[in-house]
Amino acid sequence: MLNIKDLHVKLEEEDKQILKGVNLEVKAGKVHAIMGPNGSGKSTLSYVLSGRDGYEVTGGSAHLGEDDLLEMEPEERAAAGLFLAFQYPVEIPGVGNMTFLRTSVNAQRKARGEEEMSAADFLKEVRARAKDLKIDADMLKRPVNVGFSGGEKKRNEILQMAMLQPKMCILDETDSGLDVDAMKLVSEGVNALRDAGRGFLVITHYQRLLDHIKPDVVHIMADGRIVKTGGPELALEVENNGYADILSEVA
Amino acid sequence: MDNVVDDVMVKEGVDQETVDAVREVGGAYKYGWETEIEMEYAPKGLNTDIVKLISDKNEEPEWMLEWRLAAYERWLQKKEPKWAMVDYPEIDFQDQYYYARPKSMEVKPKSLDEVDPKLLETYAKLGIPLKEQMLLAGVEGAEETTGAPRKVAVDAVFDSVSVGTTFKDELAKAGVIFCSISEAIKDHPELVKKYLGSVVPVSDNYYATLNSAVFSDGSFVYVPPGVRCPMELSTYFRINAENTGQFERTLIIADKGSYVSYLEGCTAPQRDIAQLHAAVVEIIIEEDAEVKYSTVQNWYPGDENGKGGIYNFVTKRADCRGDRAKVMWTQVETGSAVTWKYPSCILRGDDSQGEFYSIAIANNMQQADTGTKMIHLGKNTKSRIVSKGISAGKAQNTYRGLVSMHPKAKSSRNYTQCDSLLIGDKCGAHTVPYIEVKNNSSRVEHEATTSKVDDDQMFYCRSRGMDEEEAVALVVNGFCKDVLQALPMEFAMEAQQLVAISLEGSVG
Ligand SMILES: Nc1ncnc2c1ncn2[C@@H]1O[C@H](COP(=O)(O)OP(=O)(O)O)[C@@H](O)[C@H]1O
Ligand SMILES: [Mg+2]
Repeated sequence: MLNIKDLHVKLEEEDKQILKGVNLEVKAGKVHAIMGPNGSGKSTLSYVLSGRDGYEVTGGSAHLGEDDLLEMEPEERAAAGLFLAFQYPVEIPGVGNMTFLRTSVNAQRKARGEEEMSAADFLKEVRARAKDLKIDADMLKRPVNVGFSGGEKKRNEILQMAMLQPKMCILDETDSGLDVDAMKLVSEGVNALRDAGRGFLVITHYQRLLDHIKPDVVHIMADGRIVKTGGPELALEVENNGYADILSEVA
Repeated sequence: MDNVVDDVMVKEGVDQETVDAVREVGGAYKYGWETEIEMEYAPKGLNTDIVKLISDKNEEPEWMLEWRLAAYERWLQKKEPKWAMVDYPEIDFQDQYYYARPKSMEVKPKSLDEVDPKLLETYAKLGIPLKEQMLLAGVEGAEETTGAPRKVAVDAVFDSVSVGTTFKDELAKAGVIFCSISEAIKDHPELVKKYLGSVVPVSDNYYATLNSAVFSDGSFVYVPPGVRCPMELSTYFRINAENTGQFERTLIIADKGSYVSYLEGCTAPQRDIAQLHAAVVEIIIEEDAEVKYSTVQNWYPGDENGKGGIYNFVTKRADCRGDRAKVMWTQVETGSAVTWKYPSCILRGDDSQGEFYSIAIANNMQQADTGTKMIHLGKNTKSRIVSKGISAGKAQNTYRGLVSMHPKAKSSRNYTQCDSLLIGDKCGAHTVPYIEVKNNSSRVEHEATTSKVDDDQMFYCRSRGMDEEEAVALVVNGFCKDVLQALPMEFAMEAQQLVAISLEGSVG
């Protein structure tokens, strides 16, 4: 599903290499976790995959199925089924959350040549999904992320993901800033979307989230590379011993 | 101009008229068509004979003609103001018509049934049917729609004359007078004499003086003491004739403890030659009365090279004469090649309040110099200014505001928030706030920000599947939403659409 080969990325504005040859393959139906110290390039990887400005790809490739992601506009990547749950969701004053969702859903449908979702179907769908995430009607009407608490913002990202039904979901530190209850809601939301046709890349610092969302594969990223790959036990090792051991081991 | 936009999202629960209205505004400038109709013109140019002719056409009493002639004499002595940040070729005041009326209006129709069907069609096509029917309002998604049918009375002004006014009888039953100003001069001379020119004096400024001499029609509203106007009132101004200036005059009087909400809309055909529009609006608000005045201004803005369009020089002022009087101006300015307009509030009564909400969108070569004046004269007076200027293409957008606290305006407050949004790097935004505080118990807060459409917001929207154009429209729409929400619903629907449309293709 997601295929990243020897991906090299530097900042556009300064001469700073951030990703130094990332190799990663996520198969449909699998959940991969990426852990790693701050500043190792995890968010950069998620941004480059979804097409944010400010980065220059100096080598390698990234494909979603047959699609060459790096050749596509951000909205084309979204329509092709890529979704990023932001580490820091953006506030859009004056734009109702519901309006934003409907515009997104229909923009993707239009891009794929599908029919737009009717207002009634959309409403039914969004209400059901919102209920699961304990997002109330008021939060659906309020402007996108404006005045939302940290937990509300993250739940709102999961709501978007649930509505957009992407093929490949990237979650960037969706667990940070969440209390135990919110963490449960978010994990349940993610687990509900697990399916044989869908891949996940879950970026996190903590084993905690991985207790709820059981990963198939765990990667450790350091200094712009994936330095170690293993099963769920690798996350436990990080939890118990930190990154130091792993990093010295691969150095 | 027959490109129908089919990607307009039609929400359930919105009636067909509203859907059609949205389609109508979906193209570039959707109101640019003209009505083929036989017209009658005054000779070109301006002199005392023309002033007399206008007065004569309106069958005015002698005092009105004298008032006009005095204004004309004053105008001859005045100079065109040059302080605004607008740049346009010299206007030749002798090279245009000051009066144009459809032939079929020579004998004023007694009722709407007698109005020339071509004129009725014109308004229907504009989305403003001149029928006495309920309008269904729907702005946002279906779940947010109030859906309650509402009555909106319409005075339809076509070039120099009022074509007709709906719901007149029903309003009369409530004691509300709603008619064209030309009728008011004949039928309610005592009210007109008392109030006309009492807020905007004849010699106020160049364009107001010109208007006082040559205004041909407009709307008149009187709401008697204690009456809450049973429906919204509106005037739709349509310029159709070529080389013709439109000079309308609106007079609204809200007597003690009354309330009225009034809305105006304006459009014009697409032409290569610029046309002049110089209006005066006067509002008198007595003790405990409240007036909401909203404008959705969508005059033809000219083409992308700045050819043609309406030069819009407008003087609008509300006088809160009584204690606790309240006025709220809301304007959505998307049209006109040049806009020169400062709807203002004189807060004379103690505890009176003035509010001004403005969204001015300038695209291509448009120039807008707009803002407000809040003149605090009474104690404990409050004013609020929220202005959002959006510039795209090569447009220039200036906010010009004055907040003045006079010595007797003790413990008064003003809050001003001005935002400018630049889309692209060839346009400009300017903020010119003047503040005078002549007592030490009043407070003025000013906050001005200028920002480009935020990159993070753009990326967030695009990562959810919206293309660049859609994302800009959505973000900018949001930016304007709070102001639009203050508008009466029927036009707000249109206004939201206008916001998105005016910005088409302007990214980058
Ligand atoms: N736009 C940027 N400008 C400057 N430095 C950046 C930018 N984006 C990323 N970086 C730098 O790149 C490195 C990786 O950052 P990031 O991808 O956010 O790491 P992580 O998500 O793993 O904490 C850090 O050193 C960070 O400071
Ligand atoms: Mg990060």
